[in-house]
Amino acid sequence: MDFTVVLAQIKPKLGCVVENLASVEERIAAAREAGADLIVFPELALSGYFLKDLVPDVALRVDSAEIQRLVELSGGISIAIGFVEETDDYHFFNSALYLEDGAIRHLHRKVYLPTYGLFDEQRYLARGEAFRAFDTRFGRFGMLICEDMWHLSASYILAMDGATTLICLSSSPARGIEGDSLGSAAAWQKLVSTTAMFLNCRVLYSNRVGFEDGVNFWGGSEYIAPSGESMVRGLLLEEDSVTARVHEGALRRERIFSPMMRDENLFVTMQELQRIAQERGR
Amino acid sequence: MSELLANTELLRKILVGFVREEVRKVGISKVVLGLSGGIDSALVAFIAAEALDPENVHAICMPYRTSNPESEKHARLVAEACGIRFSVVPITTMVDAYFEKFPDADNMRRGNKMARERMTILFDHSALLRALVLGTSNKTELLLGYGTLYGDMASALNPIGDIYKSQVWQLSAAMGVPREVIEKQPSADLWAGQTDEEELGFSYRQVDKLLFRMVDKRLTRQELAAEGFDGEFVESIHAKIQNSHFKRRLPVIAKVSNRTIDRDFRYARDWGK
Repeated sequence: MDFTVVLAQIKPKLGCVVENLASVEERIAAAREAGADLIVFPELALSGYFLKDLVPDVALRVDSAEIQRLVELSGGISIAIGFVEETDDYHFFNSALYLEDGAIRHLHRKVYLPTYGLFDEQRYLARGEAFRAFDTRFGRFGMLICEDMWHLSASYILAMDGATTLICLSSSPARGIEGDSLGSAAAWQKLVSTTAMFLNCRVLYSNRVGFEDGVNFWGGSEYIAPSGESMVRGLLLEEDSVTARVHEGALRRERIFSPMMRDENLFVTMQELQRIAQERGR
Repeated sequence: MSELLANTELLRKILVGFVREEVRKVGISKVVLGLSGGIDSALVAFIAAEALDPENVHAICMPYRTSNPESEKHARLVAEACGIRFSVVPITTMVDAYFEKFPDADNMRRGNKMARERMTILFDHSALLRALVLGTSNKTELLLGYGTLYGDMASALNPIGDIYKSQVWQLSAAMGVPREVIEKQPSADLWAGQTDEEELGFSYRQVDKLLFRMVDKRLTRQELAAEGFDGEFVESIHAKIQNSHFKRRLPVIAKVSNRTIDRDFRYARDWGK
């Protein structure tokens, strides 16, 4: 079905869950009032990104009052949002929830925790171990958190699991000032467009803005059609609210024109990956 | 050297945004900086004036009796060009009073003392004006250790610490820093006729070209040689970076507990902001 999505390009405050939740609720109310069907927040929207030792302090259980409040709000609008999740066995995950009709439809735990360059996630967070597509009232979706998307296999698995829409929640730092456009933005734009094109999927990319200790997150949230074409893109380096009308017909037409996913040979892929795994001695 | 050409429009937006956000998020609206008459502090003044109301930017020129009179003139010119507040606090009496006790002190000790004297004035004005001190060290001098620890290297926020001198020149031109300031020879201005490039023994453009490849691109010694860099020059710059690394770190703390500051007690400075 056709639907309207809002990509909430926010500026979370580092370690301030109460204030962030309040601003998230404001964005939800505004999107709902504007008639949106779905709102997508960035990675770690409730906590901020460079948390380091703050991770346990900002973590929320899925049954916490804060998360339950968002579940309740999803009665009026579907919500995708990132936060630090605390589990019964006291592991802390960089997680994303998809909430709809007053229920949790899906929980994704970030699988690929970058720990290189300016990133240090795996020092503080536990690694997720699954990519699963799930059904929503807008069709079958898959969720990725930032670095997950830089692993082709992640998007591929979700698409093979039937997802026709990929949501990517991101906290991507701005870097690279030599070219015509910001280096990290240009790289991401190439990635989301190529992923959409390869997999005949829509991509809903929601990236945050604001500074943390001199590191600037670049925003530029966007909706990519299954053809790989960027339909709407948010402001660079500034808060924004990006509204996109998503048409079911465009997805259907693209899958008729470019039936790569129909022709994709799961058997060959599995056979070769299993051979590689065996040869590596696992 | 195209890779050192910065996209000045983008860079300006990021650095102006940096000052605006990082200052305001701590509940402060003003900044203070030392304006030497040189290009680095001139550029920081222009960035700050654009980020905050120029009324909220306080520049202090702090000459010593041997400083080139042209420096104060240029500092004033910069302050007028970007409309910020400007005052002059000479450091001659404080510095001379101290060295009366140590008349044999060499240029390095005198230069360091002057840099630290200026630092105390800036941080005193930080308290006086409720203003954050802006740093004016660029990436070239931070990497080479060409600065005084707890002197000109001391600040709350440094907008230009990740851009090379070559990029400082480009951005300064794009932001309208007065031509006289951009075109003159860089100098620490500690004694008459001193220039950075003469003291360092190489030009900024030359060393930036190497630093960009060595630090940012992580080229190996063999790759640098293949690009025509002299082996001895490469080694001497590497030694400068290594030997000055202490200046870029907090003081080393002897670890005895389970949570030692900055080792296993780790928080961002913007914690709660």
